Amino acid sequence: MGYYKKNRDFHEARWDEPFIMEMGNPGERGVLVPQASEKVRERSGEASKLIPAGLLRKKAPALPELSQMQVLRHYMRLSQETIGTDINIDIGLGTCTMKYSPKIHEQLVRAEKFQELHPCQDESTVQGILEVMYKDAQYLKAISGMDQVSLQPAGGSQAIFANVQTIRAYFEEKGEADKRDEIITTILSHPANPGTAATLGYKVITLYPDENGLPDLAALKAAVSERTAALMITNPEDTGIYNDRIRQFVDIVHEAGGLCVYDQANLNGVFGLTRARDAGFDMCHYNLHKSFSSPHGCQGPGAGAQCVSRELAQYVAAPTVEFDGTKYYLDYQRPDSIGKLRAFYGVPSVLIRAYAYIRSLGPDGMKSIAELSILNNNYLIKKLLKIKGLSMPFAEGRFRMEQARLSWQELTEETGVTTDDICRRIVDYGFQDYFTSHHPRVLPEPFTPEPVETYSKDDMDEYAAAFAAIAEEAYTQPELVKGAPYKAALGARIEEECLTDWSKFATTWRAYQALGK
Amino acid sequence: MERSFVHPYMPNSVPEVKQQLLDELGVKSVREIYESIIPKDLLYKGRLDLPEPIHSEYELKKHVTDILNKNISTEEYASFLGAGCYKHQVPAICDEINTRGEFLTAYCGDTYSDHGKMQAIFEYASMMGELLDADVVSYTTYDAGQSVCSSFRMAVRIQSAAGKEKSVILVPDTMNPDIFSQADAYCRNVAEIEKVPHVPETGLLDMKELKERLEKGNVAAVFYENPSYLGFFEEQAEEIARLAHQYDAVCIAQPQVSSLGIAESPMNLGADIVCGDIQPLGMHLQYGGGQAGFIASRQKLEYMEQFPTYMYGIARTDKEGAYGYGRAMNYRCSHGSREKANEYFGTETGLWGITAGVYLASMGPQGMYELGETILLNLNYLTLRLNELKGVKANPFGRSNFQEVLVDFNDSGKTAGEINRALLEHRIFGGKDLSREFPGLGQCALYCVSELTTQGEMDALVDALGQILR
Amino acid sequence: MIRIGLVVNPVAGIGGKVGLKGSDGEDTVQKALELGAVMESGQKALIAVRLLNEVKEQITVYTCPGRMGAEVCEAAGLCYKLAGGDTAGGQELSSAGGQERPSAGGHTTSQDTRCAVERFLAAGVEFILFAGGDGTARDIMDAAGTEVLVLGIPAGCKIHSGVFALDPRRAGELAVRYVRGKVRGTKEAEVMDIDEEEFRRGRVQSRLYGYLRIPDEARMVQNLKSGSAYSEQDSIDRLSDYIVDNWEPETLYIVGGGSTTASIMRKKGLPNTLLGIDLVYEDRVIASDCTEREILKIMEKYARIKILVTVIGGQGYLFGRGNQQISAEVIRRAGRENIIAAASADKMLNFVGRPLYADTGDEEVNQYLAGYMRVIVGYGDFVMVRVN
Repeated sequence: MGYYKKNRDFHEARWDEPFIMEMGNPGERGVLVPQASEKVRERSGEASKLIPAGLLRKKAPALPELSQMQVLRHYMRLSQETIGTDINIDIGLGTCTMKYSPKIHEQLVRAEKFQELHPCQDESTVQGILEVMYKDAQYLKAISGMDQVSLQPAGGSQAIFANVQTIRAYFEEKGEADKRDEIITTILSHPANPGTAATLGYKVITLYPDENGLPDLAALKAAVSERTAALMITNPEDTGIYNDRIRQFVDIVHEAGGLCVYDQANLNGVFGLTRARDAGFDMCHYNLHKSFSSPHGCQGPGAGAQCVSRELAQYVAAPTVEFDGTKYYLDYQRPDSIGKLRAFYGVPSVLIRAYAYIRSLGPDGMKSIAELSILNNNYLIKKLLKIKGLSMPFAEGRFRMEQARLSWQELTEETGVTTDDICRRIVDYGFQDYFTSHHPRVLPEPFTPEPVETYSKDDMDEYAAAFAAIAEEAYTQPELVKGAPYKAALGARIEEECLTDWSKFATTWRAYQALGK
Repeated sequence: MERSFVHPYMPNSVPEVKQQLLDELGVKSVREIYESIIPKDLLYKGRLDLPEPIHSEYELKKHVTDILNKNISTEEYASFLGAGCYKHQVPAICDEINTRGEFLTAYCGDTYSDHGKMQAIFEYASMMGELLDADVVSYTTYDAGQSVCSSFRMAVRIQSAAGKEKSVILVPDTMNPDIFSQADAYCRNVAEIEKVPHVPETGLLDMKELKERLEKGNVAAVFYENPSYLGFFEEQAEEIARLAHQYDAVCIAQPQVSSLGIAESPMNLGADIVCGDIQPLGMHLQYGGGQAGFIASRQKLEYMEQFPTYMYGIARTDKEGAYGYGRAMNYRCSHGSREKANEYFGTETGLWGITAGVYLASMGPQGMYELGETILLNLNYLTLRLNELKGVKANPFGRSNFQEVLVDFNDSGKTAGEINRALLEHRIFGGKDLSREFPGLGQCALYCVSELTTQGEMDALVDALGQILR
Repeated sequence: MIRIGLVVNPVAGIGGKVGLKGSDGEDTVQKALELGAVMESGQKALIAVRLLNEVKEQITVYTCPGRMGAEVCEAAGLCYKLAGGDTAGGQELSSAGGQERPSAGGHTTSQDTRCAVERFLAAGVEFILFAGGDGTARDIMDAAGTEVLVLGIPAGCKIHSGVFALDPRRAGELAVRYVRGKVRGTKEAEVMDIDEEEFRRGRVQSRLYGYLRIPDEARMVQNLKSGSAYSEQDSIDRLSDYIVDNWEPETLYIVGGGSTTASIMRKKGLPNTLLGIDLVYEDRVIASDCTEREILKIMEKYARIKILVTVIGGQGYLFGRGNQQISAEVIRRAGRENIIAAASADKMLNFVGRPLYADTGDEEVNQYLAGYMRVIVGYGDFVMVRVN
């Protein structure tokens, strides 16, 4: 019991795989395509004659020509050069909630009865998927305390966007849209909050944290006015510190006539312990691919949920999924709705996984997620803070929720080794690189671990031991850390100006070739 | 006492292990931790109103499968549905690769540790570049709608950066209505989106009207789809681009990617920004969950600066012949620079980008040509056969179509909805009923085929319609 | 070859540890030495200069004799050329070994620093690394202006200017990055200094003296989900656009000094006094470089008044440093609600958990200004900061 590997002799796969455009030979085929039947060909004639003359492709696209095994092998190798949650202790990507994505869910979403459903099918033929979506929405109501849910958003940021659209719709209805043109947020809230607000033309007023690391309440009081449309705030913020004055924040904004939007992307430590609506919020959102266990898929597809109070129910993104007692249906009859956010109905595969996840855990299991992620986090923090050079700014001695923002500032000052160096070095120990901080870096040399409930004590011990070893290296042989990684899939150091200088920048192979000329 | 709940996803739910952690922290219970940080009045006193857990994996699978079995899939019924989501052959290796745990569960690792992912995404963009004949291809967006929305805003920014305050976006009135409403909401504070009518007889964009609108001098961009939402090729593509440029407007086009092995890319017809959806390139239907967007342009700085998404760039390394990749120039994005960003964005559809790469590498130029060929032949056959029916007019505009064709039931005495319901009896999903989206067209439906549609299915459809409309 | 100039103010910081709060003026230096002070700036410079060995093939180092640079180069094992150093000496000496050429009086003066910079410029130096404090930065600025790129190795008692790296090691690292062509951007940074006479009497009176051009470290490639990546100038451009787009008619604008307000004025297409106060009305500068009295007089004629200021210095002064002409009386008459404060988002990040200051010399007005204020950091983009 309690065994974990120290100084794992790790090396990531390194295939030195050529670029796909350079592989294969003219004439090779990776897959054959169904052909039209004899009779169809007979009646339709030449395909090229069925296209208006000017629109016929003049030069075939220069795609690679490869046989099937060779394509497969290439991508298998690339997959091996990628460190997913399935193969590492993925504690480092804090705020991303890199929990285990149950494999049974993958079997479920690969059912033909789901994969091959067309979104425009008659509702009578999609009762199963609609039931799943409807029940998801009911569960999210229970978790948030809100009254209406839309599963339209294709990701967390789009859900936040939907909430900003709802703010606009609400004040337009009240005839106050022109007057209320300011949205207040905090510097440690997710950048999508100011990002979406600005996308819709709102002015953004940002609050800094006070000395305790929580958003400055006095600053909020000074910021609100008759121009305030809303407060958009994350809790806990990336620091993991629970904002215990959150109710006061809400009250101040409500008194000024504004709405309050809760960014609940960091839900994992909150399940069943506290609810957005109970804190007085008018809206919140969830990232269903995070706390509800969908695999992150190299950045998507994810899914988001928009949850609102009764007063705002009429505005949510359409369609919603409803149930009339006998059948499930898509409700488009929402004249005040902010409309559609995404093609069709959000990302149903993520919704199936969320459904299965909630069903496999039940009310007590969901609460256990929160409890264990809080427990894990505080345990890991305690371990990590024994490491020389690593500290946890703000609110000393206070427990954190499910994640924490730590700082290597002291180590950097003493050794010159920065968080970016350590972030590369940790890969040599067999871990994915870690998340430092959203922009901007309010705390110097940040590091934000999030040891969610699916990691064991041994996992955390191994993780902490690796950082202790790296800190030791930083103090004794800093150049070793600065030169890292050595054992990652890419064994050479990139020339960064290729990514920062527009004149050297290429997003495609053809553009890169052209730059060389 | 806290409940002990040992679950396979939670190793530290084992009471002894949990106790070790608690001891280390010097607390008696987790409750003690969270009660010290969450105010009492905010603590949820109740038990979440969720159903009791399903105990085992097998039972869970059975439970969910039982629900999903209430669905009828397009493998069971012949489907003529498209309208933005298309059933194509999905090569087995696409599924094989995108279910690999490494890709499936990776997220935002970077240049060195996720080298394979970065290369796969750069390769995707590179192959899209070939298919589109474009130098710059974005990282995947949420869907075609998002790509269109962002392309519109890009155009406004491009104009604004050039010192021109132009904010009107002209679009065909036949465009995808969902995407239109998405774009209308998304661009509201920066642009006005105006519909340009089609010529009633041909369905094509009314060029005279287009010119008149352009002459006002306030047009930032002209947008067209090719093929249009209603299935016909916009034959005036080159002329639209020429006119747009004459009035200093950006030309934005949305092609159907599955057509590009045989049909010309809008890039070669004068378009400046090309955008659309990659769902046809290896993604299953998934009830609309396989959508993912792209945005592309030429290698022109004034365009590249305005992309609102991540872009994956290639970088030389200190080793000859070895390349690395990185997300670059992200000061344009909301992750990079908060509200000074052009637009917001977040976790989008990376896995579908990688999958589309596998698809294009498998298909090659020959596969893409044959794909387009089969679709054209099948659609033409279906059109001919439908027109044998009395009261049915397929392709009323008399144009060349790709993949989808408008079918006019106005003379049949039945609504498109009634017909579709009747077709279900024949185990057929009829084309999408357009009577709500395009009331002006009356009772019309949009019929879609692909390379998977068999002659047998088409003949069965015609037979069924024959019976229904008898 | 990239030509780098190195100048060390050997007496920088000498007064600090013996409690003299600075080392400007020969008497102070003498006094410090008598009190047993040790010249440490050379040691600090050495930390940075050693790192230059990483790129020694790509650079030619020009420096001054003895403690003003040559000794440091020798200790670092770095080849150098002398570009003169004493106030009298003229010709450039080429030497790998260097020779002791103490300047007049055995320690250096401001004049030596200025002279060295002039010779660097004559030798075609493109990047000057200097070790010293605010006083040294002023001397460099007097001689160099913003034509040449400069970076300070912090070695003085007073480091209020924005031209210094965080510590000597980082100064060296940034210089190396510059040589390797990895630093693309540059930015103007404030040269601040306090009046040492006043300082020694316990009164802090820092002033904005001007600007030097320094390399801008902001890197553009970052981990996903992190990434500081826009430049400081980008933020200033955007806030300038915002202020110009929202410029109010029939309003007298009292425009404070500093490079941020200068940028706003440039956007507005108006001339500007970098370190002085200009008055603008309806797209026209109606008075330049005004005194308090002039401002008060002109104010009388206008009903609507705005004061446009930026945040000055590392300590963050809205009033009282570099814009003393906008006096307590001016502020009282204009009203707090008519103050527009603007600064780059990067700069404002220094004030997380720290207040800005207003030191108008009038306690009542200071109190009046205290409290939270919005600072414009971008287009329609504000932060709330406390003013003390």
